[in-house]
Amino acid sequence: MSTGTAGMSADPAVRPFHVDIAEEAVADLRRRIPAWRPPEREPVDDQSQGVQLATVRDLANYWTTEYDWRRCEAKLNAIPQFTTEIDGLDVHFIHVRSSRQNALPLIVSHGWPGSIIEQLKIIEPLTNPTQHGGAASDAFDVVIPSLPGYGFSGKPAAAGWGPDRIARAWAVLMQRLGYTRYVAQGGDWGTAISAALARQAPAGLLGIHVNFAQMVPPGVLGHIRNGDPAPADLSAAEKRAYDQVAFATYHRGYGVIQGTRPQTIGYSLADTPVGLAAWLLDHDTGSYEHLAQLFAGHSFGAITRDDWLDNTSLYWFTNTPTSAARLYWEQAITGRNFYAAADLLLPAAVTVFPEEYVHAPHSWTEKAYHNLIYFHEAEKGGHFAAWEQPQLFSEELRAAFRTLR
Amino acid sequence: MPETAGFIVEPKKGSTTMTDLTIRPFEIHVPDEHLAELQRRIAATRQPSKETVADRSQGVQLTTIQALVTHWGTGYDWRTCEAKLNALPQFTTEIDGLGIHFIHVKSQHGNALPLIITHGWPGSVLEMLEVVGPLTDPAAHGGRADDAFDLVLPSLPGYGFSDQPTEVGWDPVRTARAWAEVMHRLGYTRYVAQGGDVGAAVTDTMAIQAPDGLAGIHLNFLRRPPPDVTAALFGGAPVPEGLTEEERAAFAAFGAQFRKVYITEQGQSPQTIGYSLTDSPAGLAAWMLDHDTAATTRSHAPSPAGSPPAA
Repeated sequence: MSTGTAGMSADPAVRPFHVDIAEEAVADLRRRIPAWRPPEREPVDDQSQGVQLATVRDLANYWTTEYDWRRCEAKLNAIPQFTTEIDGLDVHFIHVRSSRQNALPLIVSHGWPGSIIEQLKIIEPLTNPTQHGGAASDAFDVVIPSLPGYGFSGKPAAAGWGPDRIARAWAVLMQRLGYTRYVAQGGDWGTAISAALARQAPAGLLGIHVNFAQMVPPGVLGHIRNGDPAPADLSAAEKRAYDQVAFATYHRGYGVIQGTRPQTIGYSLADTPVGLAAWLLDHDTGSYEHLAQLFAGHSFGAITRDDWLDNTSLYWFTNTPTSAARLYWEQAITGRNFYAAADLLLPAAVTVFPEEYVHAPHSWTEKAYHNLIYFHEAEKGGHFAAWEQPQLFSEELRAAFRTLR
Repeated sequence: MPETAGFIVEPKKGSTTMTDLTIRPFEIHVPDEHLAELQRRIAATRQPSKETVADRSQGVQLTTIQALVTHWGTGYDWRTCEAKLNALPQFTTEIDGLGIHFIHVKSQHGNALPLIITHGWPGSVLEMLEVVGPLTDPAAHGGRADDAFDLVLPSLPGYGFSDQPTEVGWDPVRTARAWAEVMHRLGYTRYVAQGGDVGAAVTDTMAIQAPDGLAGIHLNFLRRPPPDVTAALFGGAPVPEGLTEEERAAFAAFGAQFRKVYITEQGQSPQTIGYSLTDSPAGLAAWMLDHDTAATTRSHAPSPAGSPPAA
C-alpha cells in the first residue's frame, strides 16, 4: 500500500478518452438478458424480501427490447473525457470548462450504486448557469471523476484505495488540471471522499458541499452500535435521524456483504446482468420504491429508465461490480463509522434532500461541520439528488458556494 | 426445481379438508436440455477481477472459483449423482399444502429405530447420503444389528425436490410440525430426530413440540444458549459473569455466527440476491462455498446505507 506518494512518480499526461464498448460485448449482454433464469416470485406483497420479481421483469424487458447502449455512449462522448495516471492508477474523469471567466472549479464525486452517469444532468446548469436560471457569476468548471474501481477508472490490484487515498488522488488531479482554487462536492461515497479531502486540506481547496451529512455525534453512535434505545434527550428530528441510521446500520444486507465479502458476491454480479441490475436497485427503500414505479412506467424526477440502465450497463460493460463493492470493504477495515460526525474545520455546506434515507438534523450537522457556511433543506429529491433534481441540485451548489468565490 | 424433477406440482387449494395423504414414489431425472443449459452457462462464466488481498478476507478467492468452474464444466457428471439418488427409495407427500420430498430407507433389521435427519444450508439431502449405509446396515459398517435405524431424510421446504413455499411462514416451527406428520404418515409410533445447522433448529423445535412418538433428539450444532447468554448476544445485555474459558469461546463463536454475512443478506433481502443466484452457476457456487470463515469476525464499521453489526 502506497503511503501518500500520490503523483510523485506518476505519468502526468492527461489523455483524451472516448467510450467505445466492443460490439461483441454489446451482443453478449443482449444475449444474456433474455436468457436470465428468474427465481420464483417473492412470497410477500411488498419489498420486505428485496427487489420484487415484477420490477425485475419490467426492467429486463425494457433492457432487452427498448434500451440502446450506443445512445449512452454517444451522450458520454459528446462530453470532454480524459484519463490520467495518479498513484499508479488510471483515473477517468469528465472535465467541462465554463465559457465564463472566473468560473469556480468544482470536483464532484459520485457514490454507489452510481457512477459519472449520476452527474451528467448537472453539467449544463453548473457550467452554463445563465441558460439555467442562474447568474454568470454562478458558473463552475466541472470535474467529475470515476472512483477507483468504478466505471472507466482503473481497478486497484491491491488493497488501500479507501476514501482517504481517493481524496489524495483528487487533490493531485485538480493540481494537474492547473486549478489553484477549487471546491469539492459529493453525497454517498462522495461525501466521505469530500470530507477526507477537506480534512487533508490540500492547497487550493476552499470548501466542500455535501448532499449527505455525516453528523451522528460520538455518544449517540455508541447507542446505535450497541443496539440500545435512542438517548432520551433527543429532539424529534434527532430521533428520526437516530432511527434512520440504526436501520441503515443493521438492515441493509448489501452493505454488509460488500463490506465483508465483496469477492464472493462478485462472482454473481460479474456473471449475470439481471442479477446485477437487481442488486443495484436495492439501495434504500425510498429510492427503490421510485425505481420500481419508474420501471412500471411512472416518472422519477429527471431519472429515466434509460438513465438507470446506462448506469447499470456501465457497471456491466466495465465489469466493475466487484471492484466497486470493495470500497465498502476498504471503509470497513478502517473501523471508522460512515455516519460519524465529519469533524471538519474547512468551510462546509450541507443540503438535506427530503427523501434521503438519513435526514440530517441541523443540530447535529452544525456540530459535525465546525465551519458550516450553508445549511438548507431542499424542497424535493432523495438519495440520487443530482440525477433526480438536477436544477434544484445546481441551485443548491450555487447558493452553497457563493460566499467562497 | 420441481418441474425439472419430473413430477407435477398440483395447484394448492389451501383447504385442510382436502388433505391428500398419499405417499408417491419419486425419481429424479433432469432433462438433457437443462444439463446442456447448465454447461452453456458454466462455459459462458464471466469472472470478476481478482481479489485485492492475498487471503480470503474479501471472500472466496478467484483461483478457487476458477478451479471449481473448470471442474464443473469439464469433469463433473450430474447423471452420476442422479443415479446415486435414484438408487435410494424416494417419495413425496403433501403436508400443510406443500409437497415434501424425502428419502426413506428401511433397515433389514427388525426393531430398527426410526430416525429423521434434517439437513441445513448450503446443503440438501446430498449431505446425508454417506450415512445411509452405516445407519441402516450397521453390521456391514462396524456396528451391531441392534444399532440399526430406519432412515427418513426430508428436503426442507424450498430446498431440493420439496416445493417452494409461495407464502411466508415456513419457519422451523412449521417445518417441525410437518416432520412429525411425515413420521406419523409413515406409521412410526416411536422415533428420534437429528440435525445440524438449520436441521438443528428444526430438530430442537421438534423436541420442544414433543409430538407423540418422538423419543429424543441428537444435535451436531447447539443453537440455544442459556437465556442470559442469548440476552448478551442479541439484546446488548452485559456478557454474563463466570463463564468458563470454553463458554467464552462458544460465546465468541455465537457472536461470529450472528454476524455471518449470508445470514444478513438472506435474512434481509433473499429475493435480491436470488436474482443472481438463480442466473449464475458460478455465482451460486461461490455463495455456497462461503458458509463459514473467520473473516467476518473482525470489527467492521458502517458504510453508506449498510453496515455489519458492530463487533
